[in-house]
Amino acid sequence: MASPSVSLSTPVVQPQIRRRTVQQTQRLWGWVFLSPWIAGFLVFTLFPMAASLYFSFTNFQIGQEIKWVGLTNWQKLFTDPVTLSSLGVTLRFGLLALPVSILFPLLIASMLNSKFVVGKPALRVLFYMPYIIPSISGIFVWQSFLNGQTGWFNRLLRLIGITNPPNWLFDPTYINTALVLIGLWGVGNAMLTMMASMQGVPTELYEAARVDGAGPFTLFRRITLPMISPVIFYNLVLTVIGLMQYFDVPFVLSNTTRSNPATNFINLHLYRTAFQFQDMGFGAALAWFIFIIGLAFTLAMFATARRWVYYASGDN
Amino acid sequence: MATYSPAVNTAPHFSKDLRNFALKAMVSLFALLVLFLYLLPMGNMALSAVRSQDQLSQTQDSSIFPVSPTNFNYQGQDYPVFRVPLESGLKELALIKKGREKSSFIDPAKPSAEPLEWTGNWRTLEAVQSIVPRWQNFADAWTLAKFPRMFRNTLVIAVLGMIGTLLSCICVGYAFARFPIPGKNILFIILIGTIILPRQVTLIPTYAFFATIGWTGTWLPLIVPHFFANAYNVFLLRQYFMTLPRELDEAAMIDGAGPFRILISVILPQSWPVIVSVAVFHFVFAWNDFFGPLLYLLSAPDLQPISVGIQIFNFQYGPQPELVQATSLMAMALPLIIFLFAQRFFMRGIVVTGVEK
Repeated sequence: MASPSVSLSTPVVQPQIRRRTVQQTQRLWGWVFLSPWIAGFLVFTLFPMAASLYFSFTNFQIGQEIKWVGLTNWQKLFTDPVTLSSLGVTLRFGLLALPVSILFPLLIASMLNSKFVVGKPALRVLFYMPYIIPSISGIFVWQSFLNGQTGWFNRLLRLIGITNPPNWLFDPTYINTALVLIGLWGVGNAMLTMMASMQGVPTELYEAARVDGAGPFTLFRRITLPMISPVIFYNLVLTVIGLMQYFDVPFVLSNTTRSNPATNFINLHLYRTAFQFQDMGFGAALAWFIFIIGLAFTLAMFATARRWVYYASGDN
Repeated sequence: MATYSPAVNTAPHFSKDLRNFALKAMVSLFALLVLFLYLLPMGNMALSAVRSQDQLSQTQDSSIFPVSPTNFNYQGQDYPVFRVPLESGLKELALIKKGREKSSFIDPAKPSAEPLEWTGNWRTLEAVQSIVPRWQNFADAWTLAKFPRMFRNTLVIAVLGMIGTLLSCICVGYAFARFPIPGKNILFIILIGTIILPRQVTLIPTYAFFATIGWTGTWLPLIVPHFFANAYNVFLLRQYFMTLPRELDEAAMIDGAGPFRILISVILPQSWPVIVSVAVFHFVFAWNDFFGPLLYLLSAPDLQPISVGIQIFNFQYGPQPELVQATSLMAMALPLIIFLFAQRFFMRGIVVTGVEK
């Protein structure tokens, strides 16, 4: 009996050793394949974030000696009228833009998801298309479209009886509406993800509700909306982040050479401070300020998410 | 009675079909109307891009089409064409001799015939307009804005960055999908977390870093960072790799293939749809990026890509809206064509990143 136990132990031990080394080499390879991101994360994310925080307490300018200035820049955030006004511009625009950025794609997605629409694939491509247009082209196209005199938008308004439509891009009262209109070309992703999510809702749910006598409106409110709420939430978070980084449109439309208070969004203010006036210390403080505001909004949304975002599979 | 029953049965069917048809027609028409309004600015652009300088609509009443007064050329001379009320009705005639009370016209159909005399002031007549698109605008914008150079710059930036994104994101996605790395879940959450990190918070030190090593005013800051992977594309590739059966990897491993070999001969050949998605994503991103080139290439006009190039051009040529619209159209052409060809991959990629998280 002794000899079989010996002969048994050898083949058992050997694979164990081999398996461990395989596991170790696999781990090593894992790190090798992961290394581009680890290096990139350290060099292009973590280190610059820390450096940015450090610079915010200095009078940093490229090519000059760095001097510690304590909380000066951070205090300036709350006293500088331009900063406060640009924050106000951004938040006020957000109040208008945020609902539109969710409701408009929701409308299109439900329209394209309706069983009564013919030619869905083509419609989907066409509705998505403006998202691919370079923002710079889109801006010039809309600039011409919204031209007070000859733009087609005002021609259309005059056609339906509005005799004196505003000069959208030059009237501070209407500029935010104009920017929201331009932003309509940026809803492609939201529309597409909402639509895909709607298609993923199990049809049994609708059938069961219909048996219980629910109408189309109730179906939408009680089934579709809760079922796609994770995607709505995801798009809401991305829109808030995008809003804090809003730059191309206001820059090209009205801020190329000098600042226009009505459209001096906070990210534009940062660009001007750091790269036109070379005040990078205050710029870094502004950048962190933007980051903190964006994070606060995101966390607030995550906190309320429990109440209205529905995850079907619990463990998500 | 037997002949009656089918008729009884078809009646509700018929009305239901009719109702469905009416609903289909109404909802589809509504969708088309929304689409029409949504894409209307494109029409505005297209018709503005082919105007000539003197066709530019200066007032709200001028035509939306690139129209010019029609001329009739007779014996080397251009004569304006008017609608002249004759006894036989309105007739389109070319004005050859202007007079305050009386003018002479010829009929473009038979110009050699005796000129017609018409009594009345010719200024009250309506000039005949015809649509004359000026395609030359595209050629003008092409040379004035130095499009060939901008195209070359954009292509180099986009393609090199695309190679970097593909190489790095495939490796990182492979690592997350297949390897037993300790703390992998936390690392993955950090990676996804970078999606909601605003770009500004890393901007100033990154810029200072590139300026210190002398990379501002070159393409490098727009290309090199893409060799270090980004969250969206890694997520997309990892999700796809995870759906591939591990049995094939294991079979290859038993045959003695190393991890690189498995990636290249087993994983990648099955993954071309997602690779196309990532490639197109990056290409469109790089083509459309405005802020990056504005930051790093403002002082290097020779190296600017289309986005910044046409912004500066259009700033100079603002008073010539037809050229501005022509450049806008040319700048969007390539990404739109690529999108139309690759739209399946593109839209599937968007859905995966947006819905699966």
